[in-house]
Amino acid sequence: MKNVLEVEHIAKHFGGIVAVEDVSFAVREGEILGIIGPNGCGKSTLFNCVLGQLTPSAGRVKLDGQDVTGLTPEEMNKRGVSRTFQLLQVFPELSVRENLILAGQEHKGTMISRLFGARDAGLTAEADRMIGFFRLGHLAEAKAGGLSYGQQKLLDAAMAFMAGPRLVLLDEPAGGVNLTMLGDLKERLRAMNAEAGATFVVIEHNMDFVMSLCTRVLVMAEGKVLAIGSPDEVRANPAVIEAYLGH
Amino acid sequence: MIHSSLLSRLDGVFLTLILGALVLWFVPAGMGRYGTYVLSLWLVTAVAVMGLNLTLGVAGLKSLAQAAFMGIGAYATALLTTKGGMGWLPAFAISGLLTFAIGLLLGFPALRVKAHYLAFVTLAFSTLVWLVLRNEQWLTGGVFGLSNIPRPTLFGLKLDGHLAFHRFVVVATVLLALALWWLIRSPWGRAFLALRENPVRAASLGINIRAYTLLAFAIGSAYAGFAGALYAPLVEFIDPSPFALSASFFLLLMVVAGGSGYQLGPFVGALLGVVLPEWLRFTGGLYLILFAAIVVALLIACPQGMLGLFERFWNAIRRRPMGRNLPLREEQP
Repeated sequence: MKNVLEVEHIAKHFGGIVAVEDVSFAVREGEILGIIGPNGCGKSTLFNCVLGQLTPSAGRVKLDGQDVTGLTPEEMNKRGVSRTFQLLQVFPELSVRENLILAGQEHKGTMISRLFGARDAGLTAEADRMIGFFRLGHLAEAKAGGLSYGQQKLLDAAMAFMAGPRLVLLDEPAGGVNLTMLGDLKERLRAMNAEAGATFVVIEHNMDFVMSLCTRVLVMAEGKVLAIGSPDEVRANPAVIEAYLGH
Repeated sequence: MIHSSLLSRLDGVFLTLILGALVLWFVPAGMGRYGTYVLSLWLVTAVAVMGLNLTLGVAGLKSLAQAAFMGIGAYATALLTTKGGMGWLPAFAISGLLTFAIGLLLGFPALRVKAHYLAFVTLAFSTLVWLVLRNEQWLTGGVFGLSNIPRPTLFGLKLDGHLAFHRFVVVATVLLALALWWLIRSPWGRAFLALRENPVRAASLGINIRAYTLLAFAIGSAYAGFAGALYAPLVEFIDPSPFALSASFFLLLMVVAGGSGYQLGPFVGALLGVVLPEWLRFTGGLYLILFAAIVVALLIACPQGMLGLFERFWNAIRRRPMGRNLPLREEQP
């Protein structure tokens, strides 16, 4: 199977602290790869290095075989990679629909057409489709800041899908989401994966969520890769049990 | 449903602008020369405040040089129409382009470090402009300023009289306000807002932070240039003092007092800044103290400014009837 993303020997040091050390893995087209590991083991730092929020101290990131190390977050996004952040990041002053239009508008037309063209950049239909898909229909006009936490998480995820990305990196999508909403979110992500053929990488602490959603799981500990494989393989791996699951 | 997002209110803004322009076209008919002058000055100031409202209120970039940019526009127009013998319209365009270009250059520091750094750079720039205006006598006339700035003649119409000139200012102001209204409701406006609210997230959505930051700053500065180009023929004589650093702070105050980020905020803010001191003149030497007290009281009562206060009041009225339209809450799981 084709690899969408290849991470080769990525390291990130903050002064003397090694946050990520020699991490390599590949993400296959169409899969949902989970990344688990204790707090502070470097998962989010790894995301930030891959997506250009941070510059890695060493190593390469390849997208479709092309070297994209050191590209800015904007450039990565323009190449079809989108993400969510661990902490909720919607635009509270904008309505749900406006948030989604914002998430897609830079992928449509030019700077000139964005100034003189339609106010919604022709994205209202797509935004409403996404609102329907994530079951936020009755909230389209509501300010994002007024939504419940779980609804904002759904919106946050929906925004990552607006531009029709090929690869989506989700940083703790289930964090702080209640049980009912969690099932909904999982089902929506799975449907999005099947329908749009998008590839996902998901950082998550919720073990049930990861094990039931992901096709493969990567386990990190202290900045390094401990194991990678199917959920069952990872669950049975002695090193993983020792370092993480066992406690 | 809730319709109070910043971007969905704008058609009300459009109507208000058109109606306001009509009223202001006729209002000064019975007023004296001075009253008309104050009205025109209010509108010209509002244009400069509009620009700062875009830079600061919408895009969240802190600039302390708006009056300096206005000075550049005023001096450019004055020099071009007196020594240059140019018509007002091209001088106006050049003033806008010049301040846009300088704004673009000055915006580069804003890309490196946020907030305070830009404030310091613009502070230094403001002082620099003022020194040039005061000291480069060969160009700016120094403290003696530039006099005999002609009022424009447009399309064969001589706009000499105070009423004719006032109406010209009304038209120019409403056109500039409409252009900004269009800009803010376009995807650019949404991107500017995203810049203010969360630049990191905006970048991850493919928004070109660099381009939008520079554009917000440059367009905001160009509005100060436009304001200057209107100010010069209004007062017919300019010297450096109205473009000093304190004036930039005053414009900043007007943005905040009117309602930062609100489209009509600049008109309210400039009304407070230009017209209120005139109304308080009867109190003699007390007027500055009273003015300051009013502004401080306003900002304590409502940090969102006059329009923020108005919006709170409006929402309170709308929520009352029958409790029937309480949407949202019930629908939430």
